[in-house]
This record gives sequence, C-alpha cells and structure tokens, in this order.
Amino acid sequence: MRRIGNAHARATRSGMARVFLTGNLKQLTGGAAEFDIDAHDVRAVLRALVKLHPVLEPHLEEGIAVAIDGEIFQDAWFAEVRADSEVHIMPRIAGG
Amino acid sequence: MASASDTAKLKWVGQRGPRPDGVDKVTGRARFGADISTPGMLVGRVLRSPHPHARIRSIDTSAAEALAGVKAVVTSRDFPDLPSEFVPAGEMLVNYRDVSRNVMAREKVLYEGHPVAAVAATDAAIAKQALALIKVDYEVLPHVLDVVKAMQPDAPLLHEDMYTLGVDPVPAKPSNIAKRVEFACGDIAAGFKAADIVVEHTFTTQPVHQGYIEPHACLANFSEDGSADLWCSTQGHFVVRGHCARLLGMSLSSLRVTASEIGGGFGGKTVVYLEPLALALSRKSGKPVKMAMTRDEVFRATGPAPGASVYVKMGTTKDGRITAAQGELCYQAGAFQGAPIQPGAMCAFAPYDLENVQSVGYDVVVNRPKAAAYRAPGGPIAEFAVESVIDEMAKTIGMDPIEFRLKNAAKEGTRAVYGAKFGPIGLVEGLQAARAHPHYTAPLGPNQGRGIAAGFWFNIGGESCANINVGEDGTVTLMVGTPDIGGSRASLCQQAAEVLGIELHKIRPLIADTSSLGYTFLTGGSRATFASGMAVIEAADDVVRQMRERAAKVWEIPVEAVTWEDGMAKPAGSNAGEFEPLSFADIAKMAGKSGGPLVGKAAINAQGAGPSFGVHMVDVELDRGTGKVSVIRYTVIQDAGKAVHPSYVEGQMQGGAVQGIGWALNEEYIYGEDGKLQNAGFLDYRIPVCSDVPMIDTVIIEVPNPSHRYGVRGVGETPIVPPMAAIANAVENASGVRFTALPMSPPRVLKAITGAALPDAAE
Repeated sequence: MRRIGNAHARATRSGMARVFLTGNLKQLTGGAAEFDIDAHDVRAVLRALVKLHPVLEPHLEEGIAVAIDGEIFQDAWFAEVRADSEVHIMPRIAGG
Repeated sequence: MASASDTAKLKWVGQRGPRPDGVDKVTGRARFGADISTPGMLVGRVLRSPHPHARIRSIDTSAAEALAGVKAVVTSRDFPDLPSEFVPAGEMLVNYRDVSRNVMAREKVLYEGHPVAAVAATDAAIAKQALALIKVDYEVLPHVLDVVKAMQPDAPLLHEDMYTLGVDPVPAKPSNIAKRVEFACGDIAAGFKAADIVVEHTFTTQPVHQGYIEPHACLANFSEDGSADLWCSTQGHFVVRGHCARLLGMSLSSLRVTASEIGGGFGGKTVVYLEPLALALSRKSGKPVKMAMTRDEVFRATGPAPGASVYVKMGTTKDGRITAAQGELCYQAGAFQGAPIQPGAMCAFAPYDLENVQSVGYDVVVNRPKAAAYRAPGGPIAEFAVESVIDEMAKTIGMDPIEFRLKNAAKEGTRAVYGAKFGPIGLVEGLQAARAHPHYTAPLGPNQGRGIAAGFWFNIGGESCANINVGEDGTVTLMVGTPDIGGSRASLCQQAAEVLGIELHKIRPLIADTSSLGYTFLTGGSRATFASGMAVIEAADDVVRQMRERAAKVWEIPVEAVTWEDGMAKPAGSNAGEFEPLSFADIAKMAGKSGGPLVGKAAINAQGAGPSFGVHMVDVELDRGTGKVSVIRYTVIQDAGKAVHPSYVEGQMQGGAVQGIGWALNEEYIYGEDGKLQNAGFLDYRIPVCSDVPMIDTVIIEVPNPSHRYGVRGVGETPIVPPMAAIANAVENASGVRFTALPMSPPRVLKAITGAALPDAAE
C-alpha cells in the first residue's frame, strides 16, 4: 500500500499542487491516485482531473469534499490552491 | 482568529441566559407540526403496504374516490417518474428516483409500511374508510432483513438494476450491495506483522430509531395559480422545498415552506415523507390538506439508523503503540441505498494517529424502511467496534485504558485515513480531563464495572444566510434559516449581541420561511451555532459598518475615524473631533433621515468547521439475577471550542449520552418471520426515560476552532458516538464478558453471564 507521508516533499519539488484521490475514486482511474496539477483553485483542480479521466466527472459533481493542506472545504469551487498545496479529494461529509 | 484570551473578554457569548423559545414551549403556545389549522382543510391519510416485499400488479382507487367526503386520492401515477440522479441534498447524497419511490411506491413495495396510496377527505373517519376501499393486487415476494444474509448471492433481490459500485470488475449480476468504499493508508500487512498483540472481533448492531417525540406532520395549501404553502416539522425547510419541488414538478419560488417548532429530529427529519403527499393531495383537491403520522407509522415507515455487522482487527505493541487497524463495515441501508458507510469508514479510526489503516464499507439494501441520518450517522456503530477492541488491547497488555488512548491519540497535524489533517483539537485534553476527574478513581462495588470510550464527529459548515432588521427603537429582529432543534436561537442571538454590543433581550430571533431568506442548508451536521453563527456575525458586522457610516455622516468625519465599542459609535480619537457617542438606539432612531432602514445581511458557505472530540466514562451495575444493566454514573467530557450557551451544550452532551445508552442497552426493532414489525410503539421499543439514567455529569473542554470568531465547534453529534462502547467496556469490566452484539438487553446479558465464569465481586 502506498505511503503518503512524503507526498508534501514531492509537491514542493514539482511546483504544482499534489492531488490525491481517496476512497473509491481511484478505482475509476485504473488505480491512479496521485496527480501533479497546475491549478489555482478547487474548480480548476476538478476540471483538470476530469480532463485526465472523464469517467470521474459525475462523481466529482456528486458531492465531494476537498482537504487543502489539511483544511476541509465543501462546495467551495474558488477555495485557493497554491503551487505547493496538498489536496485530497474525499467524500462529502454530512451529519444528522 | 479565535484565541482563549479573546474569548475571555466576551459579554454575551458564554453566558447562560433565558432561552427565547422557553415561554412558548412551557405554556403550550409553541406551534409544532400538527398545531396549525386552516379553514376548509382536509385530513390526509396514507395506505401502506402490509408486505415487506411485493410487486404491485395493480391499484384500484375507484371505490375510494367515489366515497362521499373523499376529495382526492393519489398514487405513484400522480408523481413524475424521475430518472436516477444523485444530488447533494439533505444529509446524504440522494437519488431522486429512490426518493420518489420511497415517498410513494411505484413498481414494488420494499418494506412493511411503504406508502402505496394516499387520500384526502373531510374528516379522519372518512379518510380511514377510504383507505380500506383501495384495492391493491400484490405479488408477494421473499424478503430479507439481515445485512449479512442480504449480501449472499442467493438473497432475495430488492432492485434488479443494482450492480455494486466500487468493485472492479463491475459485477455481472445485480445484488443487494449498492456500493463498496475503501479508505487506506500505509501497509496494513506490515502493520500487523509489527504487532505483539492482535485483537479482532465481529460486532453486530440493530437498527434503532431516532426516537423523536413529535411524529412527522404537515399542512399543505396549493393555490389554483400553481403556488403553494407548506408548514412542516423539519430540520431543513429549504431542503424540503427542493425535494418537494422536484417531486411535484414545481419551481422553487412557487413553493414557500415554513418550519414549525420541532419536537426532536436528530437527523430523522432531514428527509421528506408526508410533505410531497400532502402537496399532491392539496393540488388535486383544491383544498388545504393536513397530515400527521401516528407513532406506529413513524416506526414502520421512517428511517432508522442502520443495523450493521462490523469486523475490526487491530494490532499493538506490548508498550501500547497501535501498529495496524483494519475494519469492514456492512451497514443496512433499508429499502434504498444510502447507508452512511462513508462517514462510518472515515471516522472509525480517526481519533488515533495511525500509520497503517484499511477501512472498508458496504452499503446493503434490505426490506426495512430506508435508513435516515441519526446523529453522527455511521459513527456510533463504527466506534462501538473500534473502542471495544481498543479497550481489549489495553487490558491485554495491562495498560490503563486512558493511557493507551493518550499514547495513540490524534493531535493537531495528525492525518486521518481520509486525507485531511486535524487542526487544533481537544482529544488529548479530554482524555487528560477524564484521567483527572474524580469519577475515574471512585471505588466500585460488587457487580459494578467502569468503561471508557472516545469518539468524534467531523462537523460541517455549509450555506447559511442571516438578516438583521434594526427597528426604529433600536430593537432587532434576527432572521436565520436553520430550524432550532437544540438551542441555536439562543446561541445565535448571543453572537449577534456580542457583535452589535446591545443587550441580549433586544434581539428577537425568527426562523424565516423559504421565501423570506436566502437558501440555508438544514440543521444537522452540528452546524447551526457554527455556520449560522458565522452568517449572523457577518450580518452583525454589516450592521455595525452601517452604524459607523451613519455616525460619520452625522459628525461629518471619515468613517475610518469612527469606532464601535459596547454598542456605541465613538470618535476614534481626539483628532476625529469632540462628539458625544451615539448609541445603537440613537442611530436606529435617525435611520430614515440618515439614509434609510438599517438591515444587515449575510449569505455565506461556511467553511472551517472544527471536529469535536469526546470522552465518556460510565459505571454500570449488573443484576446477575435478571441480566439488567443499570447505569449508575455517567460523565461526558467534550470539546466545544467555545460554549456559547453552556447549558445548551451540556444538554447536547447529556442527550447524546442518553440516546447512546438506549442504543447500547435496549433499543432494537423486532421483526417476525413475516417481515412485519412487532414493536412499533414506545411501550415495546424501549428508549430510556428519566428514571433509567442517573444525572449525567458534563465537563466542557474549550480548544478554540480558529475558523470561528468565538472558537465555536459543533457539539450535537459527538456525544452519541462513544456511549455504546463505553457501556460495553463497563459491562466487560463488571462481568468479564465482552459483548459484541447490541443491544445488551437483560435476556442477552443473562444468557451470556450465566454461561461465563464469575469474576471476583469487588476489586
């Protein structure tokens, strides 16, 4: 199983945000779960992912949350993503 | 950014003022879902399936329609056949094809109690008579109620088009498994290899109902111009508007929904049941239609929390470092997919800083009512299993259970298996407070045991609007969009008063209807005080800005030279000029002449909700003659970030604990072999009452959430997460028996302990 502990170092070196798919999404990409993406906000990240793997589109529209450098955002297209950001695409969080 | 020193200077936030809804509730003036009437209204009733699983061959409503006094009858023919489409609405993603079929069965009935038709008549007796005249031709099918049985390849199939998502390759045959999810990090095999001790168990829990005292009720009034008014008991009237508009083919602006006072929801009133039916009946009859469920209907036809089968395996070193954690969670979704397996799988191991984790979840349909959210949906079941295994690991290596948890606790910077890193959190503080609490070292008597468990919930923010209307006399109407299910009117008024600098009693809160305020997501996810609070703060900031602008105009100085302190506009310094301060009321009085009415507004999508961690300690006493487990002492310790109104926070902590006690010790649905519910009432579905529980002590920890001005974290859901494990751990401590199945009701406990070796009476 892939370790994610050193991903931040890789993101810094590449100059692009490092994007990780969690949960089931990586099954849709044939196992690809880590991407270097040049994007300035969440919406740009999602569009880039869909361009790489169009099969992701309905799932990314369904309701996901995004953790940018650890902080969780939901329904926040224009949340800032920096060149050295670590971004995790995760399921939407709810409650009762 | 909130800090402990900032919040120390607060005047209103942190106080225990009178509740704004208190007088109306204790005098009976408060209007709940069934308390509204209108001239000419009809009574609506639902015909429900007597079978847990059947195909509908035909429905003949002609005799019912011909009955004098019947003004409308609806079936699935009166609703559009919606395509399969997942949208984020309500507490979970919903598929409108499933929502429409749950509201009114179409091709099949999938649980006993599933609606097949509804009537509106001039009185209840005629409505009841009309239901009996509706002829439904069923082809009865085999049913399945158990999650493990439903997952077998030969199980009765609920949906012929259900192919499990999340498995590769896509299955060739349909099944009852809607979805598989997985979260993983590290190397689980290596982790177990590194362990000195491995503990594994399979746990089972039963579906439990949210147990709200007020049944679902609503009044719909459709106009001939195509617009409608709907009054209902709900946690989210904007969400109700969205669902009903979709189900009835209406535009959002043509439907106005007003949220009544609510007698409990706990997540169970985040969905629609009667509302689309009442609207359809009203539209068809041309009259207002009122509908209210009986308690029997609430149990047979509204969503419980799912039952589950959960496998957990964890490994630890002899010195107490957890090296691996693995879980497989199989949750019952009820008749339609959507069990909370994702949050369950995500939060199962989240309280701990772990390198090697694999958490898998299965969403499984069965012939029971569709599961609905219940306070931290998915979390309590997962934590029951995980915290039980943690307790056993600690005991096996001879380590104090709190020390074991402290050694592995998540802290600021810990990355959870789902990818997010925790900001400042209060788990360590909670565990330390538990260790220092007198409860932890109080002596135990014969047949008594003590248990500890931790838990958390993510909490959410979301879309929230607020309006502050300033009256000419300086009093204020605060309009928000989150129905008040746990004291948020009080906490929101306090936050407004803090910013505005006026007396709390000058603020009157109102839950605005859907036509009077911008879209606001429902009350759930422990978000109201946090997210609506952020909107209220922004709206109040807007008012303060306008107040300063008016003062600046009156004094003929730049607005930058005006400060706002303690509800007064003041010159910023002697350079700004010598002016007497203008109070909030002074400026309100001159509003019309100085520029117009003063209205503060906010429309936000609140981000930055901080998770809340809790630690529960419970002492139980076991009656070895009857198997009854009595809770004799209970302490809840929880991080609130900042307790805006501490009494309400304590109430949430106590309430969650009580619901967890019921879940642990007694609550379950009892179905016969025929798939019919046998205990559809509070007499036989036993939730705790006051005499069942001791006074629950509370300790509020405050580790501020930096995203909120006052450091607020949601608190409502976390307290239901630890109790089942805490009680199971206490029962183990008392009896030497590890219960892996809930509820630990007297017959089950008696059977288990009479077969087990008896531990020494007192330690």
